[in-house]
Amino acid sequence: MSENDHTDETPENAVPATTEPEVRTVGVRTGMFGAKGSGDTSGYGGLVQPVVLPGAAQRPFDGWHEEVTSALETALGTAGLEHAVESVVIHRREITFHVRREDLPTVARTLRDDPALRFELLSGVSGVHYPADEGRELHAVYHLLSMTHNRRIRVEVSAPDADPHVPSIVATYPTADWHERETYDMFGLIFDGHPALTRILMPDDWPGHPQRKDYPLGGIPVEYKGGTVPPPDQRRSYN
Amino acid sequence: MSQDIYAGASETTEGRVFTVTGQDWDQIADGLAEEVEERIVVNMGPQHPSTHGVLRLILELEGETVTEARCGIGYLHTGIEKNMEFRSWVQGVTFCTRMDYLSPFYNEMTYVLGVERLLDIEDQIPEKAEVMRVLLMELNRISSHLVCIATGGMEIGALTVMTIGFRERELVLDLFELITGLRMNHAFIRPGGVAQDLPPGALDEIRGFVALMKKRLPEYAALCNANPIFKARLVDVGHLDLEGCLALGLTGPVLRSTGYPWDLRKTEPYSGYEDYDFEVQTWDTADAYGRFRIRLNEMWESLKIIEQAADRLAGLEGAPVMVGDKKIAWPSQLAIGSDGMGNSLDHIRHIMGESMEALIHHFKLVTEGFRVPAGQAYVPVESPRGELGAHVVSDGGTRPFRAHFRDPSFTNLQATSVMSEGGMVADVIVAIASIDPVMGGVDR
Repeated sequence: MSENDHTDETPENAVPATTEPEVRTVGVRTGMFGAKGSGDTSGYGGLVQPVVLPGAAQRPFDGWHEEVTSALETALGTAGLEHAVESVVIHRREITFHVRREDLPTVARTLRDDPALRFELLSGVSGVHYPADEGRELHAVYHLLSMTHNRRIRVEVSAPDADPHVPSIVATYPTADWHERETYDMFGLIFDGHPALTRILMPDDWPGHPQRKDYPLGGIPVEYKGGTVPPPDQRRSYN
Repeated sequence: MSQDIYAGASETTEGRVFTVTGQDWDQIADGLAEEVEERIVVNMGPQHPSTHGVLRLILELEGETVTEARCGIGYLHTGIEKNMEFRSWVQGVTFCTRMDYLSPFYNEMTYVLGVERLLDIEDQIPEKAEVMRVLLMELNRISSHLVCIATGGMEIGALTVMTIGFRERELVLDLFELITGLRMNHAFIRPGGVAQDLPPGALDEIRGFVALMKKRLPEYAALCNANPIFKARLVDVGHLDLEGCLALGLTGPVLRSTGYPWDLRKTEPYSGYEDYDFEVQTWDTADAYGRFRIRLNEMWESLKIIEQAADRLAGLEGAPVMVGDKKIAWPSQLAIGSDGMGNSLDHIRHIMGESMEALIHHFKLVTEGFRVPAGQAYVPVESPRGELGAHVVSDGGTRPFRAHFRDPSFTNLQATSVMSEGGMVADVIVAIASIDPVMGGVDR
């Protein structure tokens, strides 16, 4: 290659700025079939694949997604919280705002009250436990509905296992009361500022939080016609 | 004092505790007469027949006025969401159908819609499968509303309403049995379509049912609508206005009884609901009576949708009911024999005798299942009780990473306090009946 060869600098050969969104690995899948405890003779035993959730979307978004995002940005900018939204994911036409947990109450209040947003109804709170997502193992997912504009969005906050605290949004959405209690009951996420954060589905003295991934399903082996079937979480399975 | 060892009075640090088992009111009254305090706390349930299932109500009373009402739930928690994480995506339907046992098709539907969205096959669902889903869901809406009206009537002492409600519900369950093989817990709606085609003669049965219901539904109206006793118990009871509904997240008939025509079948149509002609039913009294009338009217609308669906199905004979993608749809088109179960002999001959690959494919798809791309989806449906949605999370594996159900009974039950505080004890029952909570859905 001569010194005067600048073909790699011509516009058509320039490496495009990466449009690949930043991805976050939330786990690793090994082997082809996920067999554990028995020999994998398929030859794919050494296969290692990262588990990647859909990455952040690039601006501008389509249709009302852009409107909602801009309106939220403007409103949060006025409140001095420009960085409250960490990333926006659009997957299968559903939009998810990943929000810093300390800013959640302000974001929720803004989403409910801003005339351009008007998310009047909180559908619910759902917890998800990603044990391999280091530093953000516990996620709380809020589904919001704007009846005025007929739009649905999802707001997601995360907290590390070591510090499982998320501010409560009961003050903005009273319906979150039982939903936050359920998420606390099932995941151990503590919603600071909740009026009475107690267990709701499990007995009051229950040890542990059943929906966490490190909590076993439980069950006993079942004998049938001389054979023994192990409980579902100990069977040979696929992942 | 009574000889019954379970029914008696005991002293605790909280005060005197009575256990009431029935026919012992005199004893309670005598016991209370000695007390200086008027305020008593009543634990109603979780086994009380008027609490719509295993719901525990903690009522603080002054005389007969409720000053505070709280719910204790969780008695029917079965860990369905946790169990689903240990089964394949298709098997998940078998679990979630059991949550809200009065509206099983809606549980299946919202979960399946979420899985289909993650698979990105929403546009590929065959028309016949969509129409069958709508048909089954609307039949289910009728059976669910019938139980609501029937048990609600029973709880206020209107036993005839109960008997006729269950009489008609039985007809719907017979239709379910004919179409899916089961009266409840069908696991019939599967990712990609439905499990089976319509059996021969089903459309005639459905048309017969619609014709019969058109005669029977006016009986409910004649029995209840203007009945002074019925109205005295229901009118202005369990009042909750639009603001209260939105703050507490209430949807369904409770929200529509405030006059707000919010119905996901109209606002966010799924499964082709935009092609059907029906009206959203509202009432403007925001009370238990309005909710009763809405349910009654919604059954008429459901009949309209069922007729339209039946007409469309008549023109779809032999059309596929499962998505064409053979990596999702089970290859076996199993046939139901005269005994209600059985396999397709042709298919068994094919996989056992002719094609090794077909056998492997069948085996892998049934045991391992298909993979769903990583991501999360939430597709709510309008269940008889309101917005029912499944938050489905996949990590790209053959099992749900997490499935969480936003059950309308769970959310709506939060309104118990606002609906009943300040009213009479007897009105608590009516208020809860008008929410129509199903504890299987509340506790999951």
